[in-house]
Amino acid sequence: MSKINLQIDEKKVEADRGMTLLEAAKTAGIWIPTLCHYEKLEPYGACRICIVEIGSGSSTKLVVSCLYPVEENLTVRTKSEKIDRIRKMILELLLAHAPDSFELDELAKEYGADKNRFDKETSFCIHCGLCVRYCAEVKKAHAVGFVDRGAKREISFVPEIASKECWKCKECFPLCPTSALQAAYVLTEALTSAVPSFKGEPEDP
Amino acid sequence: MDKEKIDQIIDKHEGEASSLIQILLEIQSENHWLPGNALERVSEKLNVPLSRIKHIATFYKAFSLIPKGRNEIHICMGTACHVRGANRVLDTVQDITGIKPGETDLDLKFSLETVNCLGCCALGPVMEINGKTHGKMTPAETAGILKNYE
Amino acid sequence: MSRINSPSELEELRKSILSERDPDKPCITLCTGSACHASGSEGVADAIEEEINKQGLSGKVDIRKTGCHGFCERGPIIVNHPDETTYLQIEPDDIPEIVSMTIKEKKVVDRLLYTDPSTNENIIHESEIPFYKYQERLVFGSNGSIDPKSIEDYLAIGGYSALSKVLSQMTDLEVLEEIKKSNLRGRGGGGFPAGRKWEGSRNAPEKVKYVIVNADEGDPGAYMDRALLEGNPHLILEGLIIGAYAIGAREGYIYVRQEYPLAVENITLAIKKAQEFGFLGESILGTGFDFIVKVHQGAGAFVCGESSALMTALEGRAGEPRPKYIRSNIKGLWNKPSVLNNVETWANVPLIINRGAQWFSEIGTEGSKGTKIFSLVGKITNTGLVEVPMGMTLRDIIYKIGGGIPDGKKFKAVQTGGPSGGCIPEEQLDLQVGFDELTKAGSMMGSGGMIVMDEDTCMVDVARYFIEFLTDESCGKCVPCREGMRQMLKILTNITKGMGQEGDIELLEELSEVLGVASLCALGRTAPNPFLSTLKYFRDEYEAHINEKKCPALSCKELISYYIDPEKCNACMICFKKCPSYAIDGGKNRIHVIDQEKCTKCETCFEVCPSRFGAVKKVSGEPVPPSVPEEKRTIIRKSKKK
Ligand SMILES: Cc1cc2nc3c(=O)[nH]c(=O)nc-3n(C[C@H](O)[C@H](O)[C@H](O)COP(=O)(O)O)c2cc1C
Ligand code: SF4
Ligand code: FES
Repeated sequence: MSKINLQIDEKKVEADRGMTLLEAAKTAGIWIPTLCHYEKLEPYGACRICIVEIGSGSSTKLVVSCLYPVEENLTVRTKSEKIDRIRKMILELLLAHAPDSFELDELAKEYGADKNRFDKETSFCIHCGLCVRYCAEVKKAHAVGFVDRGAKREISFVPEIASKECWKCKECFPLCPTSALQAAYVLTEALTSAVPSFKGEPEDP
Repeated sequence: MDKEKIDQIIDKHEGEASSLIQILLEIQSENHWLPGNALERVSEKLNVPLSRIKHIATFYKAFSLIPKGRNEIHICMGTACHVRGANRVLDTVQDITGIKPGETDLDLKFSLETVNCLGCCALGPVMEINGKTHGKMTPAETAGILKNYE
Repeated sequence: MSRINSPSELEELRKSILSERDPDKPCITLCTGSACHASGSEGVADAIEEEINKQGLSGKVDIRKTGCHGFCERGPIIVNHPDETTYLQIEPDDIPEIVSMTIKEKKVVDRLLYTDPSTNENIIHESEIPFYKYQERLVFGSNGSIDPKSIEDYLAIGGYSALSKVLSQMTDLEVLEEIKKSNLRGRGGGGFPAGRKWEGSRNAPEKVKYVIVNADEGDPGAYMDRALLEGNPHLILEGLIIGAYAIGAREGYIYVRQEYPLAVENITLAIKKAQEFGFLGESILGTGFDFIVKVHQGAGAFVCGESSALMTALEGRAGEPRPKYIRSNIKGLWNKPSVLNNVETWANVPLIINRGAQWFSEIGTEGSKGTKIFSLVGKITNTGLVEVPMGMTLRDIIYKIGGGIPDGKKFKAVQTGGPSGGCIPEEQLDLQVGFDELTKAGSMMGSGGMIVMDEDTCMVDVARYFIEFLTDESCGKCVPCREGMRQMLKILTNITKGMGQEGDIELLEELSEVLGVASLCALGRTAPNPFLSTLKYFRDEYEAHINEKKCPALSCKELISYYIDPEKCNACMICFKKCPSYAIDGGKNRIHVIDQEKCTKCETCFEVCPSRFGAVKKVSGEPVPPSVPEEKRTIIRKSKKK
């Protein structure tokens, strides 16, 4: 496979065609923060914290590194005043929902994010979709999914499936950047509310 | 909802998973809401995970997972109606019916929804009840019109 | 009808349709577009039918139910052919007179004509009414003269001749070159050059390609796509088929929102008819080119107008934008090259083919060619759809065509570009409309919504309105958009409620920056525009809300109070009776007083107070004046002479 040469943070990097900037940076030992990324899953590009700057001179552009494919001779900057400012804001927005998340806390220290910038709406979930995607893509169980849209978007277990599949799996819990709190919470809730439907009349086959 | 009816609708679309939204729309228009058994049946027949169907059913505004009232009120919240005072019309309807957009009252008399631009901007603010358009609404008139519905 | 098998057969059919039509035969055309339908055109149609029979004219007069003529303010509209006598705001009761006078005796019914408000003169012909006179209705013009349900009507005005020309005289490459040369730019949002988009798909190695019509029309205040689909569906189909030929697609989709049932009905019927006639299906016009079209109904999500979300929705999923750095004309629907264009963009294609790229590029400005349909709505005298050449000034559109602001109010701003656009203030009214011009002014062309705002419109509330709209319509996938707008909405709502704080504007600006650069799709990236543009031009309004708790437009409910001017109150008791909260203390011959504690600010009293009294007043940022002492509340009337 032909190699692609690019430059990340002044460092010359050789990458495989089809790699993302994030992957290329990793091979070169350059760290970029991520929240919704997981190697085993399809790239998702939702948290936007892995944002980097590409191009040089006056024609620079911000892109998310977990999605953007490597290009020959591309110049990439993974840190800048602007990038840090965006990452800080993203963290502050998320901390309003999950102030106790260890992962967010660590990143908050790195970027000087203020936990209390926005009023708390502790819903724990930061909608990274790791549980949803893991369950669908790796386990093919589809026990948890998103519902609704916009600011009302939530994750929700499908009781009919969760009651059969989840107890023996639970592999999504450790993936949750907010310490599995939300996943566990929603799961329990879903299971309790699922009980009546079991007692109901049996479905015809 | 009647299983045969659901199957009929699914078969009409040749059971194609890409027709999922079209199928749900047809069930919605036939039945005025999407009951759980319909979602499960669609999931089974199209071989689409229930989680995805639930996402779709809650993502798009045309779908309702609860039964609708006898009278469906749509208040246009398009920009033209907004600058002509649609909010006050909405406030009045909320006051009278006691329900918020997306809700249905306990007697199943009214369901209230807001919509974006009914394409009758010349008549704004516009309220539509059961498909009939009422134009140039004012709070005072709104109250009068709602009285006509049982 | 058997399929037409060659371009010459098409011309023969056209001739035979025309030969059966007598241009001198009286024909009543009635607008039955959505707005006119809502104003009762159905009843008018029935009345016409009945009256024609009653007066013994059946068979001697044609009746044609057309799509939207554009002048929605004055609908339902009747145009009597061949002399084009135009009557406005018709009611069923007017019909007997129209039939006996105009149809039978060829006389004009003066009271139903348009009266020019500046000269007080009656105008007989549609094209001379100022609303129409300054327009250039190239795309939209046929709407008024054809029945959208009749393919024969479309053929009679030269329909499908562009398709015939393309298939018989031009190579696919020539078609592409013609569109490129015309400089046609997309009418749905960004104004991307259509030819370049087509070329990308054409050159993509993949064999299977798609063409798609974006008829999701999500901009709340724009309805030109609806009017085109309802009124002239074959025009859009013809454009789409030509596009398919140019890029080599065999399958097309029309993504139309379910909220437009008549549009769905008419385009579905048009497809069926086109198939019967051989304009769709296998070997179109006998040339060996195959192409089919399917209608897909959108289920109510603004974000599905965005190209990648639309394609996701077409595949049967929740319409989330896709995070691809490859354009959808290379990798779109089912990962195949897909050309997505707006309704109006497609509708321009047959025109360009028929009259040539040269002709087309002579209309408009340097960067924006052709015409654009706008929906001129809001605080405007002549609400309606207007088609003007690019480069006309906003002032001409609003004043010459739109007739200015009603009720003697003062113009404040015009909002263009929908939720991604911005507000343009009075000092920029001489701006020429065009893609680049509007963008430079901090707004954008968008799909053509043009919402006029007057002195009563609060600009902070306008920004809040759009952010609220988008918070609800965002797909919710990416953090900047979902969370950033959640916070922006909170702050803006607080400001309109008088709970704004120092630093709010700066925080909103900071959030805007993050939304603008870090959001996944254009919904989030453009969402700050309504805020940024209103801040740029109306910063004083933001400051008044925050610092003085005052809404200068007297619009934000929480910041205004109503009171009754004792000097003007005539104790007519209308407000007293109408107030739903029983907040008005009044009675016969007693000056009325509003109990501020009970008042819910529903504005009923303000509306019902007869304008000759105008006694109900609004204030903001200051307390209401003290009410008159009890002993002075009795009104002593001068006795009237009998
Ligand atoms: C949030 C969002 C909503 C959009 N809605 C529409 C729409 O309703 N109709 C439309 O034609 N284009 C809409 N667009 C623009 C489309 O993404 C796309 O650019 C357009 O359909 C391309 O066609 P054109 O080049 O002919 O304009 C929207 C874009 C965004 C980001
Ligand atoms: S910008 Fe908004 S609409 Fe677009 S992907 Fe992100 S959340 Fe969805
Ligand atoms: S890790 Fe790239 S967007 Fe979340």
